[in-house]
Amino acid sequence: MRPTDISAPDYFHKVVDCQWACPAHTPVPEYIRLIAAGRYSDAYMINWKSNVFPGILGRTCDRPCEPACRRVRVEDEPVAICRLKRVAADYKDDIKARLPKPAAAKNGKRIALVGAGPASLTVARDLAPLGYDCVVFDGDSRAGGMMRTQIPKFRLPDSVIDEETNYILDLGVDFRGGSRIDSMKALLAEGYDAVMVGSGAPRGRDLDIPGRKEAAANIHIGIDWLASVSFDHIHSIGKRVIVLGGGNTAMDCCRSARRLGGEDVKVVVRSGFDEMKASPWEKEDAAREGIPIHNFLMPKQFLHQDGKLAGVVFEKVKAEYDAKGRRKLVPSGESDVTFDCDDVLVAVGQENAFPWIERDIGIAFDEHGMPVVDKVTFRSTHPKVFFGGDAAFGPKNIIWAVAHGHEVAVSIDKMLHGENIAERPLPAVTVVNQKMGIHEWSYKNEIMPDERYAVPHRDNATALASIKAEVELGFDAKLALAEAGRCLNCDVQTVFSAPLCIECDACVDICPMDCITFTENGAEDELRQRLHAPALNLNQEIYVADGLKTGRIMAKDEDVCLHCGLCAERCPTGAWDMNKYFIEMAHAGPSCR
Amino acid sequence: MTYLAKPKFHHPSLPKNALGYTRRDYEAATSTLCAGCGHDSISAAIIEAAFEMAIEPHRVAKISGIGCSSKTPTYFLGASHGFNSVHGRMPSVLTGANLANRDLIYLGISGDGDSASIGFGQFAHALRRGVNMTYIVENNGVYGLTKGQFSATADRGSKSKKGVVNTDNAIDLVAMALQLGATFVARSFSGDKRQLVPIIKAALAHRGAAFIDVISPCIAFNNHPGSTKSLDYVRAHNEAVNALDIMIGREAITVDYEPGEVVEVTQHDGSVLTLRKLNEDYDASDRVAAMNFLQQEAAKGRIVTGLLYVDGDADDLHRHFNTVATPLNQLNEPELCPGSKALDKINAGLR
Repeated sequence: MRPTDISAPDYFHKVVDCQWACPAHTPVPEYIRLIAAGRYSDAYMINWKSNVFPGILGRTCDRPCEPACRRVRVEDEPVAICRLKRVAADYKDDIKARLPKPAAAKNGKRIALVGAGPASLTVARDLAPLGYDCVVFDGDSRAGGMMRTQIPKFRLPDSVIDEETNYILDLGVDFRGGSRIDSMKALLAEGYDAVMVGSGAPRGRDLDIPGRKEAAANIHIGIDWLASVSFDHIHSIGKRVIVLGGGNTAMDCCRSARRLGGEDVKVVVRSGFDEMKASPWEKEDAAREGIPIHNFLMPKQFLHQDGKLAGVVFEKVKAEYDAKGRRKLVPSGESDVTFDCDDVLVAVGQENAFPWIERDIGIAFDEHGMPVVDKVTFRSTHPKVFFGGDAAFGPKNIIWAVAHGHEVAVSIDKMLHGENIAERPLPAVTVVNQKMGIHEWSYKNEIMPDERYAVPHRDNATALASIKAEVELGFDAKLALAEAGRCLNCDVQTVFSAPLCIECDACVDICPMDCITFTENGAEDELRQRLHAPALNLNQEIYVADGLKTGRIMAKDEDVCLHCGLCAERCPTGAWDMNKYFIEMAHAGPSCR
Repeated sequence: MTYLAKPKFHHPSLPKNALGYTRRDYEAATSTLCAGCGHDSISAAIIEAAFEMAIEPHRVAKISGIGCSSKTPTYFLGASHGFNSVHGRMPSVLTGANLANRDLIYLGISGDGDSASIGFGQFAHALRRGVNMTYIVENNGVYGLTKGQFSATADRGSKSKKGVVNTDNAIDLVAMALQLGATFVARSFSGDKRQLVPIIKAALAHRGAAFIDVISPCIAFNNHPGSTKSLDYVRAHNEAVNALDIMIGREAITVDYEPGEVVEVTQHDGSVLTLRKLNEDYDASDRVAAMNFLQQEAAKGRIVTGLLYVDGDADDLHRHFNTVATPLNQLNEPELCPGSKALDKINAGLR
């Protein structure tokens, strides 16, 4: 193997699994250490800079960071990264003074942002302080987009949305609530320098099976129903409710139904339990509220009587896999199942819809009706029009919309400075020694097995009595400290210097995870097999250094390194050192140009 | 060194031995020796050897004297018996323990000061008596605990950290052990576990006095240019005569050797030592030739390592004494006080 180039920003970034997995690349271990130190405001600001909505995401994020967490590979459960983020938001002081100020002078460029969801707001957050005149349009009177309309209040209170959207709107953003954009052509005609489309994936998929029309009065499209609940237009539902679908929207629907009078609420899903799209914790939350999930049932027919829904007939299916491993649901041959019900909520997916974008103005759409958008610059085929969030590549999560927003802002900023937007700015990286004394490091390196701490919940009786009472109560300071202590500080990197190494084997002997091997060089496949412990996780790199006196190489498997620093403590010559690697993605502004 | 205990986490693929233990189960308290100490590598090699042999920890007695080396039994085989004895007195404490309970595996840990100076006589007599043990000297050529004065194994001409040249002649403990009749004699290097671990395993399986001199650089006081016990010097002057594979029980021999390259030695416990020759002319069954070879190579400035001498048919002290098979500490009153009739019989035999 060739020696590893540790100066490449991506190399150590990949070792910080959580940060690498986060679409916005939030410096997770850094803010967790700050939480442990009780510096909640500082932790919040790191989050705010990177993911814009810490309080919202700390309650609702899909947490791609958590399955990536190294604790999963060395213990079992990941660090509760998402809920620690909420701790920073809950316990911070007033941080308004630390936010950017509205630009003293505008730079004369006008940006239109369609939709006031996370993608558009992120663009506005990044561009407004630079002097751009950002105009945000939304059909709703308040900002937030789907964060406000589709996420039930018992998961995400309005106060949190208000706080974090206002931080952005207060940057001198011109928010025009209640003004839906009906024509892109007309919008472009207003002479904006750039247009950001962050209008989401607003259309809930319907289910076209017999009885749909006849029973229409009691069959509701999930996201529309959730929006109506959110806006206080709907206050009740029948006693027996069936939710169709296995995603997070289905989980929000069933739990909302439970609070609006649904006594017998069940979720019915085509796929198996494990293949459901809903996050495991959302399924757990539904189960905790006494909602059963029925799997492998395909809706076949709505039963109705006198124009009223009576039940749903399901065909039993089973999963079959073809040679390529693709799943197909085929009838199992068992007899159909019928569930009686009063109402049905259809949550079987969301679609994009752009009826307001004329097809003759230079914005190309593909065969699926999706805009053609560059995956790096987020620019459409129209030079001034950019897409972000669900509007760009279909439904995803808030954190993806934020990540898109940052990139769109960079593109717009570069474009309006006459630069090539395809050339993307590099992240800012610092690598700093963490040694404080002979046995002291700037971080807690005493790593112990420690199981994940559960977030306290409101008891079911009071939680189910209100559609607005927040179910999760969040960690208190003590639990937060304990949970923060589970973080392995993967951003404190083991850095090896071959010229200092005397090959005494001290690091090899002390490493609890058998990560380090001094051996003859070889091809990666073969080398991985003969390390001190075989390195079988191919997603994790082998750190290779040459230039040792014996002609051997040092090979370190990054996979299960605890970042405990014992190699560095045991090293007599300082050949191993623990360096904190801090990477910040480039955002719009002078540094990106 | 570090204050921290090694985290309890281990690699997900960490193997288990026949007893169901992992290598980590043979570890003990965190070492308090200096960072990079060769002794810690030897501890790791002992842990590895005991793990690979699936030794039941309670069957091992670790006995040591005084010094950096003699601290190390605290850092390996934490579930085994241990006795940290008096300076240079490990051999007699070990001999006594061995006589009282012949069933245990005796692991004597000593250093160059402990064995070549204050305990030189003890060292000699334990070996010449053939006490069944594995006697490891962690040899760094200096008194590390008292800041690096030359010990009796420091080579003449070797320089101290401050640049002082040693004018005394060195004691070569391997030469002494060969001359004193040890039936298993080896030398190895803390920086080469591939050589050291099989040697320790073979020694533990050997019945009789097994002696291993392990050169173990003192990083703090004896790892500088001019020292003949530095990592670099030993690596540059290492003359390994053979490479050892040890087969315990019915493990299949998986390596194919060219005929003539390999010598097999079967020990009392059935373990088979496969010696792959690195030096074609070296014969590990010839004590006199071994002594000659050692002196010749030493004169050329080379450090001979490997399994230098082994007698697969060796006897030990218990055989010499013709003691009962039952450990003495398990004998009860009827055996120990057989009564006046038995005494009369003995007395009659002496008349």
